[in-house]
Amino acid sequence: MINERYYPLLATLAVCALLYGYGIFEYRAFSDTYVLGNLLTDNAFLIITAVGMTFVILSGGIDLSVGSMIAFVGVLMAELVTGFGIHPLVAVVISLVFGAAFGAFMGLIIAKFDIQPFIITLAGMFFLRGMCFLINLDSVPITHDFVSAFGGFRIPLPGRGWLSASAIVMLVAVMSGIVFAHYTRFGRNVYAIGGDRQSAQLLGIPVERTIIQVYMLSGIFSALAGVVFAFYTASAYPLAAVGVELDAIAAVVIGGTLLTGGMGFVAGTFFGGIIMGVIQTLIAFDGSLNSWWTKIVIGGLLFGFIVLQRLITRSFSGMRAGAT
Amino acid sequence: MTTLQDTKKSPQNGGRKGPAGGLLSRQWLGPVIALVLVIVANGLISPSFFNIKVVDGHLYGSLVDIIHRGASTALVAVGMAIVIGTRGIDLSVGSVIAISGAVMAVLIRDTSLSPFIVILAALGAGLLCGLWNGILVAYLDIQPIIATLILMVAGRGIAQMITDGQIVTFHGAFFEAIGSGYLLGIPWRVIIAAIVIAGLWAIMRKTALGLFVEAVGGNARASRLAGIDARGIKVLAYVISGLCSAVAGIIIAADIRGADANNAGLWLELDAILAVVVGGASLMGGRFYLALTVVGVLIIQALGTGILLSGLPSQYTLIVKAAVVMVVLLVQAPRARQMMGRFWRRRDPQ
Amino acid sequence: MADMAQPVLSARGVGKFFPGVKALQDVDFALMAGEIHALLGENGAGKSTLIKVITGVHARDAGSVQLDGVEIHPGHPGEAQHLGISTVFQEVNLVPTLSVAENLMLERQTRKFGLISWKKTEADAREALKILGLDIDINRALGSYSVAIQQLVAIARAVALDARVLILDEPTASLDADEIKTLFRTMRALKDKGLGIIFVTHFLDQVYEITDRITVLRNGRLVGTFETANLPQIDLINHMLGRELAEISAHRHHARDGVVDRGNHIRIKNLGKKRVLNPVTLNLSGGEIVGLAGLLGSGRTELAELVFGAQRADSGLVFLDDKPVMLRSPRQAIRAGFGLCPEDRKQDGIVPELGVRENIALALQGRRGWLRPIPRAEQDKFADDMIAALGIATPDREKPVGQLSGGNQQKVILARWLVSKPVFLILDEPTRGIDVGAHADIIKLIRDLCDEGLALLVASSELEEIVAFADRVAVLRDRELATELSGADITQNNIIEAIAR
Repeated sequence: MINERYYPLLATLAVCALLYGYGIFEYRAFSDTYVLGNLLTDNAFLIITAVGMTFVILSGGIDLSVGSMIAFVGVLMAELVTGFGIHPLVAVVISLVFGAAFGAFMGLIIAKFDIQPFIITLAGMFFLRGMCFLINLDSVPITHDFVSAFGGFRIPLPGRGWLSASAIVMLVAVMSGIVFAHYTRFGRNVYAIGGDRQSAQLLGIPVERTIIQVYMLSGIFSALAGVVFAFYTASAYPLAAVGVELDAIAAVVIGGTLLTGGMGFVAGTFFGGIIMGVIQTLIAFDGSLNSWWTKIVIGGLLFGFIVLQRLITRSFSGMRAGAT
Repeated sequence: MTTLQDTKKSPQNGGRKGPAGGLLSRQWLGPVIALVLVIVANGLISPSFFNIKVVDGHLYGSLVDIIHRGASTALVAVGMAIVIGTRGIDLSVGSVIAISGAVMAVLIRDTSLSPFIVILAALGAGLLCGLWNGILVAYLDIQPIIATLILMVAGRGIAQMITDGQIVTFHGAFFEAIGSGYLLGIPWRVIIAAIVIAGLWAIMRKTALGLFVEAVGGNARASRLAGIDARGIKVLAYVISGLCSAVAGIIIAADIRGADANNAGLWLELDAILAVVVGGASLMGGRFYLALTVVGVLIIQALGTGILLSGLPSQYTLIVKAAVVMVVLLVQAPRARQMMGRFWRRRDPQ
Repeated sequence: MADMAQPVLSARGVGKFFPGVKALQDVDFALMAGEIHALLGENGAGKSTLIKVITGVHARDAGSVQLDGVEIHPGHPGEAQHLGISTVFQEVNLVPTLSVAENLMLERQTRKFGLISWKKTEADAREALKILGLDIDINRALGSYSVAIQQLVAIARAVALDARVLILDEPTASLDADEIKTLFRTMRALKDKGLGIIFVTHFLDQVYEITDRITVLRNGRLVGTFETANLPQIDLINHMLGRELAEISAHRHHARDGVVDRGNHIRIKNLGKKRVLNPVTLNLSGGEIVGLAGLLGSGRTELAELVFGAQRADSGLVFLDDKPVMLRSPRQAIRAGFGLCPEDRKQDGIVPELGVRENIALALQGRRGWLRPIPRAEQDKFADDMIAALGIATPDREKPVGQLSGGNQQKVILARWLVSKPVFLILDEPTRGIDVGAHADIIKLIRDLCDEGLALLVASSELEEIVAFADRVAVLRDRELATELSGADITQNNIIEAIAR
């Protein structure tokens, strides 16, 4: 008998395979690696964000500030690179440090004052978006040789496709997310806290420290997503990535992670992000379907996965009812 | 481990309700003082802030503007306040605004139904949305933030489907009056919002519904054992929120004489939650304050106006909002209060 | 054996006070290495509090706790665990969403180069389970197993931690006979290895089967520590239920002969639910107080909940004046004029954020429905009357109930039902965990109520109380009605005999 913890992940893989299979069946071009390469590149920043979000959701929390973080990091990079003439790689380091510090600060308030993560990260979202405008009100290009090199870098795939630098960074981020989640005590503690915070405390897990680290990690990943997004578009725009937090949450849930925390896989999040990309690609290929179907289909998938998870956890004995 | 849970559950709401209760309680004081401070600050920044002119029989001025702009947010926020009172949250309000606006716009454009029917249809859409949320929360036991996320994501798609992806514009004297008309110098939308909010207040506080909502939010198990239909009350709260959002959607669509499925009510859920929190209610449920929620909306609107008056870009509002939320939350948080208490006690002897 | 050695764990003069309640007072306790020591007492006797004090869930307010003669102050159970005190709490305190292996090895996973080696970790987990002879798939989520298995996993984890002291808080409540055998075998093996085991339970036959000594607590105080072999069961029950030697015969029923029929005949007929309560038949009339006696877990609370519709019965009916009452939800029971003051007032009783007035109005308002609000003046009057009549200590009627003491919260819930004018009121442990003053007030109130023609069913573990006010006593044992006593037969002796069978 298959372990029920894998049901949501299997469902994710099945949905992914079905959608991709349908694409190949309907459109011959879909089987080309060109489509795959584009999927990986176009959704790179979303998937990177979603990997960080996976940890937050696994811990039983939520992080709404990620979209604003992407935009802020872009604006910050533009200012550092174009305005101050700092090398992009140094700017990347500064951005990641900022992301870590900001995430840790939100985590500190969430853990120490026991305030819902939802509302704290909402404030973080407003704050960062406002900070974007403090620096810059318009869309500005980021021009630097390194940025052009990043944009031009390609590893050819068999067929007409290629792996872009964005895609490679994303794949590395996913791999390191998997290692963090499944092969470190920190990762397992995140699962334990999301599964049952009180028990985790009684089992001797450093709950507060772990929660702070979770938001710090999410800050780092969303800052990294911001870097990739900025390099990928070679520009910064304070209104970029509006609503990405929702897409990231959707990718995590469609990837099979329990929204109440404690169960899920980083690998699932990767496929969740790919599913969202495939849906968009399919609708673009179809031409007659309208873009709103993306939202409706994603909403439907969200509903399906939430109900599936509800059924699994309902069958659990000794499961405490989730709080808000 | 009941004890661990219990200490968490019982908030340190000391002094929330003074001996006299009602209007004289401290609960009432914070938000109102904050509103007065913001308005005074606005006056200092720009002396013309207090000017109210009558042009063509209509009231004009910054103060009127705040109320005018706040009307739709206030509608959404009072519905949100009731949902939060049941220890829930409704993230889908922005999408519901888009859906009801879309229904209305398409019906006006494509049919010759009477405005009354059109409005009923738009309200019906909001009711259905609320019912959906309520059933997910109350009967499928899905956490509110998750349950309403579904409609938040899918709702805009539904609205776009209704409008066929376009911004549907319409003409009609009746709806133009709702959006931008005046009665005795007062904007219609303000009158509508006031009537709805007052009606809601009456339904909640002049019947026992308000008590039931607060009881369910405070302790759903105990409420059930006291003979209250806890699930029914939860569904009702989401339905009310859906209806309030639908009314806001009607006003917003009437204002721009069209339905914009992408942008109508965008981020309004956040402003609404903000208003409830600034109005002094806890996100942990158990209490709701409609009048103070409206005060919360006015504070947020006045802050925005102040920033405009001071000549800063309007986007700065975001940072100010973030700061306000942080301060309010930290002041409210039981843990923060405990820490403050310990701090003062330690300092006392010296 | 035991009496020669120095105790591995000892507590002296331990006290713990909560607002309005002295949960523990001057308790001495000593656990030897290599003994299984039962900790007994009714609900609220202080067993759980003592364990929480020992394991650092609560900080003690008085006294000392020593491990191997060294004073300890654990700040939380994790710290106690490091010191060598492992605890398996009554509610399974593991993480249901994690696999069995992970629950066993959390924070102790074997690492290679900083990363967890799952192969080795899982092997360790299998090893830990082997001690209990438990053969389950360790990669499945813990929550997918029965509570019994979860309990055994928790024990396996506790044992694997190289503990000196193992505390088992009601571990057998959800186990079947075979599982209990496994558990006992494990306990004996651990005992032979020199562990001291504290065993909390309410199954007395198990106490006699496995333990060496027994410590009995009652009302937060130590009754005594006894050699199990030298303590007859009847004496043990006497100690637990606190029978005074000179029995007071201030019985009410003599004075009540020839009372007129006041109606309100309640007939409980074959009411039961699978695995919860075997069918019970019981009759009550207006003006009558029927006591429900029995040890913890005998079905007292369950009967109360079934009669009130808080749990749905799968057999039987309840009749009010010969008309059957629909009992599919508490709402229907309340419409019929029933009321229930629940045992766990924090979880099931009070709405902490609401004021005294609103909490009192709740049940009556629930019965009237939302459309007919009770006028504020009437609510104020109710509240003031009740505050005065029950002596609720509150600065004013709007004070959030969550801020009152336990005894006053209990009175508020009682007041809630009194104003709703029920015909049949069930009180589940009405004097649990409240101070002496409030205790007397509530007893007096129970008597007055009944003189007004209310039918009362009172479940209590305080035998004194039951003997003092009940006209009849139904004794429950092992989820079954064991016997009914009435008139002069109501003595603590008889009740204890019925419980001990």
